[in-house]
Amino acid sequence: MLFTQMTFQAALPEYVLVIVSLGLVLMAAFVGESSNAKKMVRLVALVGYAIAFATIFILPSESQSIYMGLFKVDGLLVYMKALVLLGAFFACFMVNDDWSDGVEKPEYQVLIMLATLGMLLMISANDLISLYMGLELQSLPLYVIAAMNTKSLKSSEAGLKYFLLGALSSGMLLYGASLIYGFTGSTQFDEIASVISQNGASSGVIIGLVFLLSGLAFKISAAPFHMWIPDVYEGSPTPVTALFAIAPKVAAITLLLNVTHVVFADARLEWMQVIIALSVASMLLGAFGAIMQKDLKRMMAYSSIAHMGYALAGLAAGTQQGAAGVMIYMTTYIFMGAGTFAIILMMRRDGVPVQKLSDLSGLSSSHPYWAFGLMIFMFSMAGIPPLAGFFAKWYVFLAAVNAGLIPLAVIGVLTSVVGAFYYLRIIKLMYFEDADSPLDKIAPKENVIILSISLLVTVLFFFIIGSLREWTYFVVQSLPVSGSL
Amino acid sequence: MMEVTLSHYLSVSAILFVFGVFGIFINRKNVITILMSIELILLSVNINLVAFSAYTGTLSGQVFSLFILTVAAAEAAIGLAILVIYFRNRGSIAVEDLNVMKG
Repeated sequence: MLFTQMTFQAALPEYVLVIVSLGLVLMAAFVGESSNAKKMVRLVALVGYAIAFATIFILPSESQSIYMGLFKVDGLLVYMKALVLLGAFFACFMVNDDWSDGVEKPEYQVLIMLATLGMLLMISANDLISLYMGLELQSLPLYVIAAMNTKSLKSSEAGLKYFLLGALSSGMLLYGASLIYGFTGSTQFDEIASVISQNGASSGVIIGLVFLLSGLAFKISAAPFHMWIPDVYEGSPTPVTALFAIAPKVAAITLLLNVTHVVFADARLEWMQVIIALSVASMLLGAFGAIMQKDLKRMMAYSSIAHMGYALAGLAAGTQQGAAGVMIYMTTYIFMGAGTFAIILMMRRDGVPVQKLSDLSGLSSSHPYWAFGLMIFMFSMAGIPPLAGFFAKWYVFLAAVNAGLIPLAVIGVLTSVVGAFYYLRIIKLMYFEDADSPLDKIAPKENVIILSISLLVTVLFFFIIGSLREWTYFVVQSLPVSGSL
Repeated sequence: MMEVTLSHYLSVSAILFVFGVFGIFINRKNVITILMSIELILLSVNINLVAFSAYTGTLSGQVFSLFILTVAAAEAAIGLAILVIYFRNRGSIAVEDLNVMKG
């Protein structure tokens, strides 16, 4: 029996998003371009995310795979799905009519929702075919929304670059998938895992694995597969950049976690080398690349490369503790990203969006609350205790040290020091330099709400870290990798 | 008469894959060529999958290749649409003109 109540329940958030997004397609086509219509489309989308988020709580928390092994849910995956839905909700909430450069069209909401659906499917993928379909359902709408501002040369160039490099990465991922299928005889993750645990990983499988990991590294923008991200962050309309910075990376890193820690758990020594190399390269490039940047969004792109490097350090440990570290890291990452981009979205001078670092100078006198918020996020990203970013780094480096990867942890800590330079430079600009002309005073209340929520979570993270740690350490126990907690 | 074995199929597919990747990185002329190179990569994967499917006697490889064909069509449609928008703004589709943002 293919469709039972159990299968329906396990995929409930996906069903909600499918139904709401198809409804939105009709709405977007028929309600027209008036301001009220756009508000309505956005409202329906927000309600859709909220319902999907609510259904997370009635999902079964024990591991189960449905649709003949194509789709899997367990505690870890459900947690990551909740993060993705939260991120999509934030990104959608921050776009309102008069404040969106070029993305005010109703189809924007449809595309974001389809991309979110793709992210959820990608997280739950339990077969190479469903992995690929989820990944493409996520990527294709993102290519389109990067080029959403059709009047802007920068936006269309960002979309084109993102599309070309993204399609290349999908091709590499597929080539790897085809080799893994050929040398294990199955596309189903459980069967691949059992073949590898019985016969060991043959060289064909390992070559396939390296291709697959390269494709996924593209999606999380780990160096040396990062070349698209600075241009895409800079060129895309800012609301789109905010979405890129929050949701898709959580999904991609969960997929990477799933592939390495579950499917290839018995080929740990082989993939560890790849992940360590990616992690070191990303941490170094993220830290040194950001120093020279003059554009705030471009700097955030390098900052996100560095963050992915730190998260990969947790993955490189290859233990349950490392996986828990990645979960904690991604939790703080979406709040810091959402808060920072809420501020970047509000930055305007005479109604025109500005995004240069120098536009931040004197922010503390004209907008004390924004300056305070941005200061907290920058301190948090630099890893200053007791803010959220400190705990995130603490748990991934702890896992790396416990797994014996002390050089990796040392490089991580050193690059955080380099990274602190450009985070602190922003604080210096805001507090110790004068502005020629201040930024606009008016700001949409949605962004202020997101800013306040993110600020609260970032500052008061030490209250929730205890229970979060308990919960993540509990759910990672289902992972078939070694490593005591 | 030489027998065509799995390794022959894999070699052809690997050669096509390398052509595709080189077509993207070496080509300095025009974006349409890059789109064609991407198709070449996807087709090389399909050859791989179908050959493996026949070799291992399982069907999922053939199903996979059908999915890839479908997605490749959607991907080409989106790529061409973005390219048209880019051409309207820039007036050129040469690869070396993709340089408004450095990087």
